[in-house]
Amino acid sequence: MRHIISILLENEPGALSRVVGLFSQRNFNIETLNVAPTEDPSLSRLTVTTVGDDRVIEQITKHLNKLIDVVKLVDLTEGNHIERELMLVKVKALGAARDEVKRTADIFRAQIVDVTPSVYTVQITGDAGKLDAFIQAMAPIGILEVARTGVSGIARGDKLLTL
Amino acid sequence: MELLSGADMIARFLKDEGVERIYGYPGGAALHIYDALFRQDSVQHILVRHEQAATHAADGYARASGKPGVVLVTSGPGATNAVTGIATAYMDSIPMVVLCGQVASHLIGEDAFQETDIVGVTRPVVKHSFSIRHPSEIPEVLKKAFYLAATGRPGPVVVDIPKDMTAPTERYEYVYPKKVKIRSYNPVTRGHSGQIKKAVDMMLKARRPVFYTGGGIVTGRASEALTDLVQRLGFPITTTLMGIGGYPQGDRQSLGWLGMHGSYEANMAMHHADLIVAIGARFDDRVTNNTSKFCPTAKIVHVDIDPSSISKTVRADVPIVGAAGSVIDEMISLVQGREPANPEALGEWWKSIDGWRSEREGKLYEPSKPGEALKPQEVIEAVYRATRGEAFVTTDVGQHQMFAAQYYKFAKPNRFITSGGLGTMGFGFPAAMGIKLSYPQDDVVCFTGEGSFQMMMQELSTCKQFDVGVKIVNLNNQSLGMVRQWQDLNYKSRHAHSYMESLPDFAKLIEAYGFTAIKVTTIDELAPALERAFADTNELVFLDIYVDPFEHVYPMQVPLGSMRDMLLSKTERT
Ligand SMILES: Cc1ncc(C[n+]2csc(CCOP(=O)(O)OP(=O)(O)O)c2C)c(N)n1
Ligand SMILES: [Mg+2]
Repeated sequence: MRHIISILLENEPGALSRVVGLFSQRNFNIETLNVAPTEDPSLSRLTVTTVGDDRVIEQITKHLNKLIDVVKLVDLTEGNHIERELMLVKVKALGAARDEVKRTADIFRAQIVDVTPSVYTVQITGDAGKLDAFIQAMAPIGILEVARTGVSGIARGDKLLTL
Repeated sequence: MELLSGADMIARFLKDEGVERIYGYPGGAALHIYDALFRQDSVQHILVRHEQAATHAADGYARASGKPGVVLVTSGPGATNAVTGIATAYMDSIPMVVLCGQVASHLIGEDAFQETDIVGVTRPVVKHSFSIRHPSEIPEVLKKAFYLAATGRPGPVVVDIPKDMTAPTERYEYVYPKKVKIRSYNPVTRGHSGQIKKAVDMMLKARRPVFYTGGGIVTGRASEALTDLVQRLGFPITTTLMGIGGYPQGDRQSLGWLGMHGSYEANMAMHHADLIVAIGARFDDRVTNNTSKFCPTAKIVHVDIDPSSISKTVRADVPIVGAAGSVIDEMISLVQGREPANPEALGEWWKSIDGWRSEREGKLYEPSKPGEALKPQEVIEAVYRATRGEAFVTTDVGQHQMFAAQYYKFAKPNRFITSGGLGTMGFGFPAAMGIKLSYPQDDVVCFTGEGSFQMMMQELSTCKQFDVGVKIVNLNNQSLGMVRQWQDLNYKSRHAHSYMESLPDFAKLIEAYGFTAIKVTTIDELAPALERAFADTNELVFLDIYVDPFEHVYPMQVPLGSMRDMLLSKTERT
């Protein structure tokens, strides 16, 4: 099953490489990885999506917790949560396709954020499934380039991932 | 307030931390530190002849004493030479602090002379690592390094020190930090009481229980408590290779060690058990054999300080995260005043175990006949007698290592010192050196093979310089015996590169360093050679003992089989 693990990580040089290294060293897989500082400058928040059965996920969280730089982590998929990813897509937009791209973008609540005579750049947010569906819908028109941030997420309700 | 340079802080910190001895090798990036060491006399520096030996010596000391071993090396090749020893310590959870010189900060990333990203290189084989970014942080970082190395599940910690951090011209305030806190690091010690109670109830109800204990008992200093618990319950106990000595091996309840080359009775008992109480052991593949056939009728209680060791390879029915000593103490208090519920079943269980024992009695190996080559096993037994079982024993890796573990019996922990997890040839001799320097009154014996010894024999020079009187017992079978054994069993005896052509005349080699060497080729030469070798505890003696090159180590578990599937000799199997 796919899991979304969010980690509060010491904002230290080398911390990220320890997390990433752990995954390759122990043969765990990383589907997406997303990392940025938090409101507390000493901490980064890192979100990784990975796939594995319960035994593998248990090992992943245990090994992550063992890293000295990992301050706290949560497997968001264990509870209700919000998952978001942002994607920028460049699509061919010539002739009739210009309207087609616009229409499809509207249906997905995506925005066209940059325009040239032949290219639209579309911005879309949502969970990974929605982004995948958008790519599929655009594929026949002609996708030129895709940039995805990787999944970020947060628990629903009062649950917090803080110190 | 005291102002010190980074280099002086390091020397001073080591003193304040109570470090008496470090092992190292100088070079450009470490020279400020070496100069600081020169100007003090609290910390002794042992100059090895290869950085790998520094790590093994520090490791040997750590295993014998339970305190972190300390290493100092220069950047680049100095640091990379230390990697094997760091990995060796990591695999066996040995506390160690490795101080590495690094090129000056402004050169990092420029492929400067002797620059290596040693933090990157060692990342998968350290518990943690630090890079010093300002001289003023040295005391705190070092304190953290020692704290991390020695607490929780111990392990090696690397500290990378760019040369400008130790410059003599820059001085900062030095205060020895008595305590440190790391917000993300709070090793658990006490186990979950509910789980411990559940485990004890299962133990009391068990019909065919067996304790399976590992290195966690030794590093956790829990062997006295363990012995108490095991004797109260009257259960059989087997240890891992790393756990040897955690329970006195001469005791009737001890089945010896288990696994690939473990004892017949230990492996049989494991296979037939209905309850396995694992403490400070990690169900390593050299123990379990095929996990899908592992102990088919047993429930498993697993106590470990490292949660990631639990249910990693074999699912635990009752997982308990906690320090061995504390959990065992709690178990003892719960057992007090209670008796096992099935004494008849336990009696039957012991009958089976004694049956397995007597099946193999007197059949473990065939002693040599007059005129034949010596058997390695009888040599180990003779050394055991000569040292009354009281020596510190280190080994290298190979057949001799397994024979040493099988035939030298250990009554105490911290005495059998071997590279179990990584299986590092070259470990034994420098490890013995590190122990002998700190335990000058004791006999320190290194069982080695002619293959392994040649990987670290340059340390004879270190022994000469520092007068280190270890006893080296070279079980010379003129071959990479363990490799050869596998080739006999799995490759129709095609001995691809497992024989040692062009062996040196070890006696001459040893004599070149001014030490005594005795060559032994027959059984009647053995006793006098041992007598001579152990006459003076502080004299280095090398025994070059020619043993049967065709001998195999048995029992040996059959690949992909269960615990009880074993070859028992060249002609028998279970
Ligand atoms: C550094 C290293 N290289 C290779 C091996 C693989 N290996 C395991 S045992 C062995 C043979 C050891 O020969 P020797 O030291 O003579 O011991 P013997 O088995 O003959 O007693 C080898 C090559 C190893 N364990 N370590
Ligand atoms: Mg050999």
